[in-house]
Amino acid sequence: MSGRTEGGAQEHNPTRLARFIRTLHLREDPLMRILIKGAGVAGLATAHELAARGGEITVIEKSASVGGGASWLAGGMLAPYCERESAEEEVIRLGEHAARWWETVLPGTVSFNGTLVVAPPRDATELRRFAVRTEGYVHLGAEEIEALEPDIAGRFRTGLFFAAEAHLDPRGALDRLHAKLEALGVRFLFDCTAAPQRFDHVVDCTGFAAAATLSELRGVRGEMLYLETRDVKLYRPVRLIHPRFPVYVVPRGDGRFMVGATMVESADDGPVTARSMMELLNAAYTLHPAFGEARILEAAAGIRPAFPNNLPKIERRGDTLFVNGFHRHGFLLAPAVARQAAELIISNEAHRNEAHRERASA
Amino acid sequence: MPLTVYGTELSSRLLLGTAQYPSPAILSEAAKSSGASVVTVSLRREGIQGETGGRFWSLVRELGLRVLPNTAGCHTVKEAVTTAKMAREVFGTNWIKLEVIGHHDTLQPDVFGLVEAARILTEDGFAVFPYTTEDLVVGERLIEAGCEVLMPWCAPIGSAKGPVNLDALRAYRAHFPDTSLIVDAGLGRPSHAAAVMELGFDGVLLNTAVAKAGNPAAMAIAFAQAVEAGHAAYGAGILEPRDMAVPSTPVIGKAVFS
Repeated sequence: MSGRTEGGAQEHNPTRLARFIRTLHLREDPLMRILIKGAGVAGLATAHELAARGGEITVIEKSASVGGGASWLAGGMLAPYCERESAEEEVIRLGEHAARWWETVLPGTVSFNGTLVVAPPRDATELRRFAVRTEGYVHLGAEEIEALEPDIAGRFRTGLFFAAEAHLDPRGALDRLHAKLEALGVRFLFDCTAAPQRFDHVVDCTGFAAAATLSELRGVRGEMLYLETRDVKLYRPVRLIHPRFPVYVVPRGDGRFMVGATMVESADDGPVTARSMMELLNAAYTLHPAFGEARILEAAAGIRPAFPNNLPKIERRGDTLFVNGFHRHGFLLAPAVARQAAELIISNEAHRNEAHRERASA
Repeated sequence: MPLTVYGTELSSRLLLGTAQYPSPAILSEAAKSSGASVVTVSLRREGIQGETGGRFWSLVRELGLRVLPNTAGCHTVKEAVTTAKMAREVFGTNWIKLEVIGHHDTLQPDVFGLVEAARILTEDGFAVFPYTTEDLVVGERLIEAGCEVLMPWCAPIGSAKGPVNLDALRAYRAHFPDTSLIVDAGLGRPSHAAAVMELGFDGVLLNTAVAKAGNPAAMAIAFAQAVEAGHAAYGAGILEPRDMAVPSTPVIGKAVFS
C-alpha cells in the first residue's frame, strides 16, 4: 500500500522508514483518498458507493466527458431475467436489485414497465426455448400484447412479458450521476490518464482498456443504432427473438429508439458493418414497418469487456483493484459489483488503520 | 478403431461447434467434459480482422483440441476460398470445413459452388470437410474433387429435427463404404446422434443442440455417450426389424403347443 502524502510533488521516493514516521503524525482515521480510473458506468457506480461511505474521491477519465466507452452505447435494460437466457444464473442474483438502486440514487430515472419478448410466427419454437432458459415471465396472447403495446397490435400472436424488469436511458443516467457525484464532492479530471497525486486506493474501471493488464479480458464488439420516428410508440423495451444475438428496440422518448446490439468476438471498434446494420434494421422493421421510414440518427460500435465466463469480477493487482468484465451488463450489474468493491476497500482501509494504530502504540 | 481423417487419428467421434454458448467458459467446460476431438470455429461470423479476435481464439486454442475452421456465411466460391485461405493463416491448419451457402434463410448448401470450391481448395493443399446434402451424385463429385471426408446434413442446419430421411442416409453409407462420413447439421437430441451412428456414420458434428441446451456441458456429455453407443451398436451388428413376433426362448417341448 502506498503511504499518505500531501501531494505527489513533494514526494521523493520515500524509504519505508520515512513513510512509517509520517504515518505517526496522521489523524486517527482520516478520510481515505481514492482514485477511480474510468468514468463509465462501473467507475461512476463505484464512485457513488465509495462517496456514500465517506471517501475522498477523484475520478480520472481519458475522454472529454463521462461515458466515453461502452457505457454510452448501452441498452440500459435492467433485465436480469431476459439476460439470463444467454448468460449464467449469477446475472439474476447480481442484477435483480439494479433497478431499485438506480431509482434510489437517481429518482425518476427508471421506467418500471417490464420487458416484452416477441417472435415472428416462424420462430415460435425459439420463444419456447427462450422461456425454458429463464424465469420471471408470463405468456401473452395477441390481445395481451395489444394491451401492453397497442402500436404493434396484430403483428405477434405470442410473447413473453417480464413484469419485474425495467429500463433507463444510459446517457441521461450517466450525466445525472456525474452531476450528483460532483455535488457530493467527487473530483473529476477529464482528458486525463495519469494519477495527479498518490492515493490510498486505486480502482481501475477502464473496461477493455485494462486488457493489457488483465490477460483474461477479451473484447466483444457490439453495434447499435439510434432511430427516430413519430409513427411508433413503445412503452418498454421489446426484444425480438433472433437466431444469433438478442435484438431489442428500446424507447428513449421523443420519438427516439435505440436498436441493439450485435455480439461479435472481436475487439475491433471500427464503424458498424453493412451486415450488422442490415440485421438491426431488419429487426426493427419486423417489429413495425414504420421503422422503415425512421431516420438513422446514429450508428456506433463499441467494445464490451468480458472475462471467460462473461461475468464481472473484482481483482486485485498490486495496489490497484480492477472492477471489470461487465460484458453486456454494465447498467444491470454495476450497482451490485460497485457495492462489493466499496466494501472491499472499506475493509482494507479498516485493516490498514488498525495496523497503523498498532504500530503507533507499539 | 479410432476415426482417422486426412491421416489424423481423432480421439472422439464427436465434433463441436463453438458458437452461441452463454460464455467461452461454458464452451470450454462442454468441450472438455464431452471429450470432443475437434472444435469448429467460424472466421466470418465472428468478424475476426487481424489480431482483434485474438482473445477468443486463444481461449479456443487453450482447449488443446484440433481446430477445424469453417467458411460459415460464405455465399460464393470466391468468398469461401478467400475465407479458407485466411483461416489457414490465422489458425495454422490446412483443415477447412467448407460451407458454400445457397440460401440465406435455410442455409442450404449450394452444392454446385461447393464442388467447385472443394476442387480449388484441395488443389491448393487443403484438407476439405464439405458440408453437403445427402445427394449421392454430389458426394461423388466431391470425392472426385479430392475430398476424403463427406459431411452430409441430416436436417436443415439448426433445425434440431434429427434425421429426416433415414433411407437416404443409409444409402449414403452404402454408397461410400470407404469414405469417412460425418453428419453435420440438424441434430437436436442425443437419440438423433445415436440413430445416425447406428447407420454406420463415422462421427457427428453439432453446435446449437449443445450450445443452447439448459446445461451445455451436461448435454455435450449426453451426446458423447450417444455417439459412442450408436457406434458400438453398429459395430456389434444390429438386429433388423421383423414383421411379426419372434419368441426369444424355444417353444418346442412346452406342454401346450396350440
